Amino acid sequence: MIGSIAAIGAGLAAIGAGIGIGRIGGSAVEGMARQPEVAGKIQGAMIVAAAFVEAVALFAVVVALLGTR
Amino acid sequence: MAQNRVKCLLALVFSVFMLTNANVVVAQEQHPVQAHNTDAATSHKPAEKEFNVTETILEHISDDHSWHLWGHTSIALPVILKTDKGWETFSSAKLMDEHHEPITYTGTTTGYQFKVNTNHETGKKSIVIIGADGNINQAATASILDMSITKNVASMFIAVFLLLAIFLSVAASYKKRGVTTAPKGFQNIMETLILFVRDEIARPNIGEKYFKYMPFLLTVFFFIFINNLLGLIPFIPGGANVSGNIAFTMTLAVFTFIVVNFSGNKNYWKHIFWMPGVAVPMKIFLMPIEVIGIFTKPISLMIRLFANITAGHILVLSLVCLIFIFKSVAASAVAIPFTVFISCIELLVAFLQAFIFTMLSALYIGMATEEHHDDHH
Repeated sequence: MIGSIAAIGAGLAAIGAGIGIGRIGGSAVEGMARQPEVAGKIQGAMIVAAAFVEAVALFAVVVALLGTR
Repeated sequence: MAQNRVKCLLALVFSVFMLTNANVVVAQEQHPVQAHNTDAATSHKPAEKEFNVTETILEHISDDHSWHLWGHTSIALPVILKTDKGWETFSSAKLMDEHHEPITYTGTTTGYQFKVNTNHETGKKSIVIIGADGNINQAATASILDMSITKNVASMFIAVFLLLAIFLSVAASYKKRGVTTAPKGFQNIMETLILFVRDEIARPNIGEKYFKYMPFLLTVFFFIFINNLLGLIPFIPGGANVSGNIAFTMTLAVFTFIVVNFSGNKNYWKHIFWMPGVAVPMKIFLMPIEVIGIFTKPISLMIRLFANITAGHILVLSLVCLIFIFKSVAASAVAIPFTVFISCIELLVAFLQAFIFTMLSALYIGMATEEHHDDHH
């Protein structure tokens, strides 16, 4: 039972991170299309921002894992 | 358009395949469990244990007193314990019989009976002292200070030796050829990485005083990076989950905390305790928030690295575990390509997390050493 609730929590975090990374990727592609000359810089910033968002989802996964104990 | 349709079809076929496969497996799994139960009830022979995914994964990502190679072969590592009766040093091979089941070992200097105990709630393995009645001697166990060379510590030694070998050889080639000529061979990639840390991490975030912090940033960057990479190798000399260990990341975060707060100038502390440019009630309101902020920054560094690396290991292990859950070799057709794919992503993550940890450390140092112009507020 507790395991299922933890799984739901991790899933909710995944939704949030999915929205976040989707927006980052979308905006980055838009930015690259507008200004292809700075595509490299945008890509770097995009990956770093995506890593930050991913970290938040992973926080939730860790909390969910600890919660099942 | 046609390509899109083919893709859709592929996805459909794949999901149908997964669905049927999963159903078959669920049906299959129920039978052996019943068979096992009756089997265990009738004959008390040590049957093959039921496969437990969570237990297997947690065992693989946790620290251990021996370094498992394959099957029942493992490298025994030294166990160093400090008990209330003195020090005790022995090989971890003495805690296991030939079937890898824990056995008791009687210490030579303290006379205590040591045994590896697995906590059933957390799955954490630790060495305990067994009393005369056969139960755990709680008081004596609490006094144990485990200073063993565990798998993680051994892996960290390997990382240190690798780093020494790499940097001494690179330094030697600079000495031989000088910095005027173009770098050669291995020197090339190291120069690229070092310049990356200098030009992309230190200089933009810290500013002019960056040179003082370069040794710290380079050490942190390469130490995290090499431990992340060693963690991705599934066999010796890798395989230990060093950078996915919260004690390891905490130590690094504490170093960042110390460096940031000891290099903080007057303006840094002023902005924490008496924020310039805002009304007095706001200053009082902001003070506790800023004080908490001193501590949450290194804590977020600690958890970010730990969670990313641990999650990566869990992901790879659960994909490999699919083969054992489905109990068929056919599952490896799905599991292995996915494992390779995730491992490639983990390579990126290994670099990215080293980069982010170093970049945020540099950012915090930059914030602490920045010269503010108060009239701008």
